[in-house]
Amino acid sequence: MQNLNQTKQKHTLHRFNGGLHLPDNKSQSLTQPLQKAAIPKRLTLPLQQHIGEISEPLVKVGDHVLKGQMLAKPQGYVSAPIHAPTSGTVVAIDVFPIPHPSGLPAPCVVIETDGKDTWGGQLEPMPDYMHVDLSILRERIRNAGIVGLGGAAFPSSVKLTPGLDNPINTLIINGAECEPYITCDDLLMQTQAERILSGITIIRRLVGAEKCLIGIEDNKPKAIRSLRQAVTDHELSWISVITIPTLYPSGGEKQLIKVLTGKEVPSGKIPATIGMICHNVTTAYSVAEAVLEGRPLISRYVTITGKGVAQPKNLEALIGTPVSELIAQAGGYTEQVSKLIMGGPMMGFTLATDEVPITKACNCLLAADKTESPDPQPALACIRCGQCAAACPANLLPQQMYWYARAKDLEKVQEYNLFDCIECGCCSHVCPSHIPLVQYFRFAKTESWAQEKEQRAAEKARQRHEAQLARKERLEAERKAKIRQKKEALSATKAKEASVKTASPDDIGEDPKKAAITAALKRAAEKKAKLAESGIKPKNQDDLTEAQKQAIKKVDARRSSHEEDATTTDEQGG
Amino acid sequence: MQFTTITSPHSDRPNSVSRTMLLVILALVPGAIAMTWYFGWGILINMLLASVTAVICEALAMRLRKRPIIPVVGDFSAVLTALLFAVAVPPLLPWWLTVIGIAFAILLVKQIYGGLGYNPFNPAMAAYVLLLVSYPVQMTSWLPPEMLNEHPLTFLQTATVIFTGALPGGLTWDALTMATPLDSMFTQLDQSKMVSEILMSPLWGDFGGRGWEWVGNWYLLGGLFLIYKRIISWHIPVSMLASLLVIAMLFHFLDQEAYPFGMFHVFTGGTILGAFFIATDPVSACTTKKGQLVYGACIGLMVFVIRTWGGYPDAIAFAVLLLNMAAPTIDYYTQPRAFGHQGARRD
Repeated sequence: MQNLNQTKQKHTLHRFNGGLHLPDNKSQSLTQPLQKAAIPKRLTLPLQQHIGEISEPLVKVGDHVLKGQMLAKPQGYVSAPIHAPTSGTVVAIDVFPIPHPSGLPAPCVVIETDGKDTWGGQLEPMPDYMHVDLSILRERIRNAGIVGLGGAAFPSSVKLTPGLDNPINTLIINGAECEPYITCDDLLMQTQAERILSGITIIRRLVGAEKCLIGIEDNKPKAIRSLRQAVTDHELSWISVITIPTLYPSGGEKQLIKVLTGKEVPSGKIPATIGMICHNVTTAYSVAEAVLEGRPLISRYVTITGKGVAQPKNLEALIGTPVSELIAQAGGYTEQVSKLIMGGPMMGFTLATDEVPITKACNCLLAADKTESPDPQPALACIRCGQCAAACPANLLPQQMYWYARAKDLEKVQEYNLFDCIECGCCSHVCPSHIPLVQYFRFAKTESWAQEKEQRAAEKARQRHEAQLARKERLEAERKAKIRQKKEALSATKAKEASVKTASPDDIGEDPKKAAITAALKRAAEKKAKLAESGIKPKNQDDLTEAQKQAIKKVDARRSSHEEDATTTDEQGG
Repeated sequence: MQFTTITSPHSDRPNSVSRTMLLVILALVPGAIAMTWYFGWGILINMLLASVTAVICEALAMRLRKRPIIPVVGDFSAVLTALLFAVAVPPLLPWWLTVIGIAFAILLVKQIYGGLGYNPFNPAMAAYVLLLVSYPVQMTSWLPPEMLNEHPLTFLQTATVIFTGALPGGLTWDALTMATPLDSMFTQLDQSKMVSEILMSPLWGDFGGRGWEWVGNWYLLGGLFLIYKRIISWHIPVSMLASLLVIAMLFHFLDQEAYPFGMFHVFTGGTILGAFFIATDPVSACTTKKGQLVYGACIGLMVFVIRTWGGYPDAIAFAVLLLNMAAPTIDYYTQPRAFGHQGARRD
C-alpha cells in the first residue's frame, strides 16, 4: 500500500477553456460483468474501418476462412488490413449498409460463420518483444490491423513511426473516457491492466519516449487503482497514472495533453510537433494482444447502454457483429427506445437501422429514450449570450462563427478558426436558443473543403490551359523558324546560282510553286508594312481589354474542364 | 428496427431562452417589491400595463411579419423589456407614456431589426431615453420614498392618477412629487452648493437617497442570483461598478465638496439595476469576456461623465446606448486566443 501511495505523486494539472460537467450515466452499464458476445450467424466486415485507403479483398465468395486470417490487405501506407473474426465461409463481397453518419452503404466482406471458431493463420507470438527489431514490431502492428480505438481509427502503425525531426519524449495514454454512458475503456482498465501496460511498453519502445502519462477521469476510481497497482507491481517508474477531473471533453487528444502537461498542440499540427504522442488505452491493449499473442484486431469491448435497452452491459464482441444481435444480448429494446446512437451522446452519430455491423472504432451503442435524447427543439434566434464561447474547449467564438456559417461567408468563418473546432458539441449543448451550432460548423467545413477542391481543380485547369497555349506558341514559332530557314537557304542558293550564272526563265519554271509562295509572302509582308504605316493593326488578341481577356480565359477554362469531365465520364463508363 | 437520425450532440439541452428570461424576471422580483414598498402601487401598475402592452405589440409585429406568434411571445423577452422599462420610469407616469414607450421599444427598437437577437440597442433603455427627451417633466417627477412621503396614495388613487391624470382632492403635483436624490444632488451642485451642505437634507441615507439605497441592495441580491445561476457573468457588472467607483472616488478625493463620494454613485439612481440587469442584456452587449470588461468599464465612465457634467439627471440609459453602438467593434478587437494559437487574431 505504501508503494501504491508513492505512485500517487503530485502532478500539476492544467485546464482548458470551458468544458461541461455532464451527468456521466456510467453506472448503468457497469452493474453487470463483462460478457463475451455470442458468435452471430453472419459477420459483415466493411473494407474501410479506418482513416486512409480502403483495403483490398484477398478472398472471394465461396472461400472458407479461418479465425484470424487476413481477409483484406492494406492498400497504400495509410491503410489497415481486415481479419476474419471467426471461421466460416465468405458468402458475399458487395456493398452493404455500414454504420456511418452519411448512411451510405459501402463494400463489405460477409462471412457466414461455422460456429467452430477455428484459428488459422495466427501470427507468431513475440514474448521477447523488448529485443525484437523495431521494424518487425511495427510490421506486426500493421499486419494485425490495429487502428486508433478511441474513435478516429487512424492506422496505429503509421502513428508509431515518428519522423526524425520530431523526437518524442512523452507518451500520453488516453483513459479519460469523457463521454457520458461509455464504460468499455473503464472496464478494460479494470480487468486488463497488465496487458495495457505491456502495450504501453511496446509503444514506448517504438516511439522512443522517456516517460508515459496515463490520464484517467476521477469518476473511474477502480480503473485508476488497478492500473496503479499494476504499475507498482512491475516497477514501471516511468509510467504515471494521473487522475484528472471529470470534465467533458478532457478525453479529446489536445485537451488531454493540455490537462496533463499544460502544453498546447499548435493549431493544425499533430502532438508529435511538441514531442508527444497520444494513444487510447484500448489501442495499447490491442497492440499487446497482437505482439504477445499474435492476435489480430478481431474483437473489442462495446458498451450497450441507455434506457432503450433492458440490461445495459459491456460485451466483448467480434468486429462485424450486427448491432441488432448485440442489443438482443443486452435484453433487447425497451418500449421507450427512441434513438440508436453509435458512440456517446455528445459526439456519436445516430443509426437509421440496427442492421449494420459494429466496426473497429465502435465503443458504444446507446439506445436512448426521449428523456435521455429529446427530439431537437426548433432553433430560435441567437441572443448572443456567449454561453457557447464559455463552454468551448478550443476557446473559439461559436456564436460569431455561426453568423458567418449561416451567411456562407466561408472566408470569415475560417478566420474565426473554424478548423480548430473539434465538434465536441459543448456549444450546441448549452445554447439556450437550441441552435445546432456543430451542424453549422460541419457544414462550413465541408463547404470549405469543397471550395478548396474546386479552386484546386480550377487552378489545374488554368495551368493546363496555359501549358496548351505555350505549346501552341512554341509549335508556331518552330514552324516559322523552319520556314525562315528554308527561305534563307533558298535565297542563298538563288544568290549562289545568280552569281554562278545569269538567271534563266527556265529556272523559275522549274519550281513555280516555290516562286508563287515567295511572291505571296512578299506581298503579305508588304501589306503588313503598309498597314503598320497607316496605323491599323491586324485583328488579334493583342489590344483587348483586361476584362475581355479574362472572359476568353474563363471560356477556355470551362471548355477544358468540360473536356476533362467528358474524359472522366468516359473512364467511369468504361 | 428503424430509427430517426439527427446530428450530434444527442444530449438533452438544459438551457432555453424562456428559462433565461424567466430567471431574469425572477431576479427582478426582490427589487420590484422593494420599489413598490418605497414608492407605492404605481410601480406594480406600470409593470402590468407595460407587460400587457409589450405582449400585444410583439404579437402584432409577428402578425405583420407573418411569423408564428406563440413561440416568440413565449420567450418572455418582451415581458422582460417591459418590466425593466417599468422599474426605470416614475411610478406616476401617465399611462399613455408607458404605452408609447413600450410600443417604441418593441416595434421600432426590437422588431424592426428582426426581433430578439437582432436589435443593436437595448429596447427598454431606448424607450426610456425617447420619453426622457420628449417628456422631461413627466419623466423626472418621482415620488418621495415611503418614509418621507406625506401623502401616500392608495391603489385606487394611484391608478386614477396614472390613467386619468386627476390628483386626489387638495393635492398638487408639486406637493405629491419630488426630484430623485440624484437629480437633486446635481441640481444643487449646479447651484454651487457644497456636497456636505446638500447631504444635510433628510433625503439622504448612508450611501444614497433614503429608500433608493435599499432598492439598490435588493437589485444587487437579484444580480448575484443571476451570476450564481450563470445567466450573466460577473464581467460587466463588476467592471462597470468598479470603474464608476474608482473615477468617482478619484474626483471626490480631488475636491470633496464638488464631487460626491464614490458609493453615492453606486447606490443612487439606477446604477445597480443598470449594472446587473440593463448593461448585461446579452443581445446588445459585448460577448467576449475581455470585451465585456472594456464595455462595462466604459459604461461606468460614461455614467460618471454624464451625471457630473451632462444635462440629464441619470445617465445609465445614455451610457448603455452609447456603448451598445461600440459593442461590435469592442468584440472584434477582444477576441480570445484560440486553443493552439500563438496570440489573438489580428488583421
